[in-house]
Amino acid sequence: MEEGNKRRLAVRKTFKLYIGGAFPRSESGRTYQVLDAHGGFIANVAKASRKDARDAVLSARTGHRSWSAATAYNRGQVLYRVAEMMEGRRAQFAAEVARAEGCGTTDAERITDAAIDRWVWYAGWADKLAQVIGTANPVAGPFFNFSVPEPTGVVVLVAPDDSSLLGLVSTIAPAIVSGNACVAIASQTRPIPAVTLAEVLATSDLPAGVVNILTGDPAEMMPSLAAHGDVNALDLAGIGDVELAARLERDAAGTVKRVRRPQPDANWYRTPSLAAMSDLLEIKTVWHPQGI
Amino acid sequence: MIGTPVGLDQLHSALKGLAGVDEVGAASRAAMLGTRSIKASSKARAIDLAIAMVDLTTLEGMDTPGKVRALCAKAMRPDPGDPGTPAVAAVCIYGDLVATAREAVGDALHVAAVATAFPSGRASMAVKLLETEQAVAAGADEIDMVIDRGAFLAGDYVRVFEEISAVKNACGSARLKVILETGELKTLDNVRRASWLAMLAGADFIKTSTGKVTPAATPTVTLVMLEAVRDFALVHGRKVGVKAAGGIRTSKDAIKYLVLVNETVGNDWLNPDLFRFGASTLLNDLLLQRQRMLSGHYSGPNYVTID
Amino acid sequence: MTDEPSGFPYAPAPESTAIVNISSSYGIFIDGAFVEPADAPRFKTINPATEEVLSEVCQAGAPEVAAAVAAARRAHDEVWSAMSGAERGKYVYRLARLLQERARELAVLESMDNGKPIRESRDVDLPLAAAHFFYHAGWADKLDHAGLGRDPRSLGVAAQIIPWNFPLLMLAWKVAPALATGNTVVLKPAETTPLTALAFAELCQQADLPPGVVNIVTGDGRTGQLLAECEGVDKVAFTGSTEVGKQIQRSLAGTRRRLTLELGGKAANIIFDDAPLDEAVEGIVNGIYFNQGHVCCAGSRLLVQESIVEDLLVRLRRRLQTLRVGDPLDKNTDVGAINSAAQLERIVALAESGDAEGAQRWSAPCTLPDRGFWFPPTIFTSVSTAHRIAREEIFGPVLSVLTFRTPDEAVEKANNTPYGLSAGIWTEKGSRILWMASRLRAGVVWANTFNQFDPASPFGGYGESGFGREGGRAGLAAYLQEASS
Repeated sequence: MEEGNKRRLAVRKTFKLYIGGAFPRSESGRTYQVLDAHGGFIANVAKASRKDARDAVLSARTGHRSWSAATAYNRGQVLYRVAEMMEGRRAQFAAEVARAEGCGTTDAERITDAAIDRWVWYAGWADKLAQVIGTANPVAGPFFNFSVPEPTGVVVLVAPDDSSLLGLVSTIAPAIVSGNACVAIASQTRPIPAVTLAEVLATSDLPAGVVNILTGDPAEMMPSLAAHGDVNALDLAGIGDVELAARLERDAAGTVKRVRRPQPDANWYRTPSLAAMSDLLEIKTVWHPQGI
Repeated sequence: MIGTPVGLDQLHSALKGLAGVDEVGAASRAAMLGTRSIKASSKARAIDLAIAMVDLTTLEGMDTPGKVRALCAKAMRPDPGDPGTPAVAAVCIYGDLVATAREAVGDALHVAAVATAFPSGRASMAVKLLETEQAVAAGADEIDMVIDRGAFLAGDYVRVFEEISAVKNACGSARLKVILETGELKTLDNVRRASWLAMLAGADFIKTSTGKVTPAATPTVTLVMLEAVRDFALVHGRKVGVKAAGGIRTSKDAIKYLVLVNETVGNDWLNPDLFRFGASTLLNDLLLQRQRMLSGHYSGPNYVTID
Repeated sequence: MTDEPSGFPYAPAPESTAIVNISSSYGIFIDGAFVEPADAPRFKTINPATEEVLSEVCQAGAPEVAAAVAAARRAHDEVWSAMSGAERGKYVYRLARLLQERARELAVLESMDNGKPIRESRDVDLPLAAAHFFYHAGWADKLDHAGLGRDPRSLGVAAQIIPWNFPLLMLAWKVAPALATGNTVVLKPAETTPLTALAFAELCQQADLPPGVVNIVTGDGRTGQLLAECEGVDKVAFTGSTEVGKQIQRSLAGTRRRLTLELGGKAANIIFDDAPLDEAVEGIVNGIYFNQGHVCCAGSRLLVQESIVEDLLVRLRRRLQTLRVGDPLDKNTDVGAINSAAQLERIVALAESGDAEGAQRWSAPCTLPDRGFWFPPTIFTSVSTAHRIAREEIFGPVLSVLTFRTPDEAVEKANNTPYGLSAGIWTEKGSRILWMASRLRAGVVWANTFNQFDPASPFGGYGESGFGREGGRAGLAAYLQEASS
């Protein structure tokens, strides 16, 4: 072991997008520099274009078909699998969160643990949502009438900019647990944990396209996504610019999208409300006569 | 709908192939038609029409020649105080009283005899045919037979078909009304199948009930039977009549049935050749309403005769 | 069989209008009283069946809207939200009873102002309106069980803008849940049908409802816009066209005001070859000719399995010949007047586009009255998915017939629309119903029935048919927020 004492040169990762289960570079060939909380260089990260975003919507639509057709039990297991996969990379996530958010190791581990546990929390919701939100309706007539929640379809979400991992997980998980597929735009300034999460998702039995993660500038991608005819809902959690948020909401009105407004003061540690899921659900009511 | 002549080996599948009936939908259609408001001249016309469609009925163990003669007198002149009142369509009685009835009504009215071991239908084919032949020989020109509900519910449609055919044959020129006893068939799918079965086997009328089983005629059942005769006429070009029997006691009810006929099969069926009421007490209520419409004030039970 | 199935002429059976007392003009209802705005212009509301003027109402402007919202705010903060749920519920029960007590009068008034048959206003609109108040009244003291955690809070002042197709029923859909959940209301009825809402104001007075809890401002779309954009409003609930819904959603962008929308539709009514055919025909008729087709969830696209289309059309045409079109106040009328000249114009124009694009038009033979706005029950066949009449909401008694071959194709065609309010499935096969129901992108799926409504049954759309639900437990979420949020 003659080279045993020499410092080994690390193999660096190329930070790419996550679209349709694959990790492409931006079709535009662009990247942008991501710095740590102290201004140090971390990496050049893919800067997704409008076209990448469009491809991601296409993948999400495909992912939505198989994912929404899966049983709730299956979806719950897959979400739990995500937690398992994250647990295996706990140290990596904590390190990345610490570097991205400039917090100490203890805080970063706390954040990572909360993010992992959030998947577990949502995994349990998959086969309970219909029981908690659905209803059997006693109508005044000879009919069997029930209401069930259904995923709205393709959700475009802008993850919180500050909470690079817990905030991201807390916006993706409630969207997909019910069978939606999503295009998630990661924190622009702190995207590294998101890229690692993509690697976790890619190995968690999640069908391709159910989650697509883009890195880049939300202000660049979001206007076309807000007006996109094949997007059903927006979660503007991470849009800090109130003017931009209002504009996106206006654009969304063109196709009557469901919109979750920005949550600038959200405490991502808190147990989420049902609304995080139910805002991205449709209620379908079915009537059938009862006769012989 | 069942078109071309069906071989008996295909009868079962043909009847099963009829469109199903959704009970809730059929009931709601019948109920909606029950909200029609029939006033003034329409009501006067409807009451006279309903009187002319009545098969005035007595089917009791205690029936006697005297009772039947009284019934016949009432049937021919329902309201002695108003000769303008139409006669009813027929008297409907047990077979052993046919001769008495025929003597009483002459050629003025139809005489309908129940046959085939009415009301249960539980007798041998030979007995049923003999009963039919004797009633016709005694002067009945209409036979109200019951189907073998047991055979129908057991799925032996061929047996039911053959029995109806044989009775039809035994009827000669008498018209055959086939009683489905819908209160025992229970489902409207069965009512539709039994209607087609009876029509395919040669029924001139399909009739809801014996009057001995509850429920007897209902608007919903009658609606489904009217749909059957309508569709049958469309495919086979033969108009089969419908008789709603049992449980229709008021003019208001009778008018609801006429509305059902009007809006389901139309004007062609609005005559005694193609629609009948099997009833006893209905007639007096129709007469009371008729008197009220003519006099402008409410009449009372002592102004109409008891049978 | 004759070509003329109806040979039993029904003598006219008009419902008496003596029960109705219409003022020659109305003010707006603010803070428990009718007020006469000094400067507000007035416009006439007419009976669309006769074009007779029924009354004059105000075009409320900014000052009136602001006053109404201020009254609602005061009532919310000082009285209504502070009141116990049980007490609030009792007021809502009172309103339910008052609607039942005055049902006949209101039904006649509704038919006069709207043009709908008295049979429908009497048997559908009024009973359902009362039922909505009755259902929601019981929620008022049980909101802990609404699925929003303990002690959910009211939102505040709800601006409610309703359409002309079911004036009083839509008022009930809006006002009943809002009041039960502790919100106060500023309601704007449609400009062509304000009279039952104004009569409802009188009911609020009879119920001794605290002043300001319900306020009613009349006017056209401009009044609605002023109301939706009013700063003091916390929530906007709108039922109407998708076009206006989008405008409202835009105008609320960037505000804190919450929104629910119940918009248009182009529902597929899907008939399989094993359907209960006679009931399916009734369902088709009820789906598109109920309320003159002025129904957002109308089954306006008939999708028929190709193997039975000819048989079905024979049955449908025969049935349409028995529809009784005419005087809305005649108890035997099935199809009444088109609500307005403008709506008639739109229906005529879309029907003409059907002709121009090559579809085959057939209308039920019927004699239409000389005055008023009328359109005969109409079927278009040879319709392709690209035709305007297969894509655009006509909101009239016009049915477009298309065919399909397989269940997959039926789903694909049914879902091929930006809308998603309702759908119908007709088949006797249970597993196919459930298979279809889970794939149809529509908020309400009627299987072997159509156009059924109930206060316990959530109603609302997917896609451009809007968001949020009305009715049932799901409907409460539109007027509540979690205590901790």
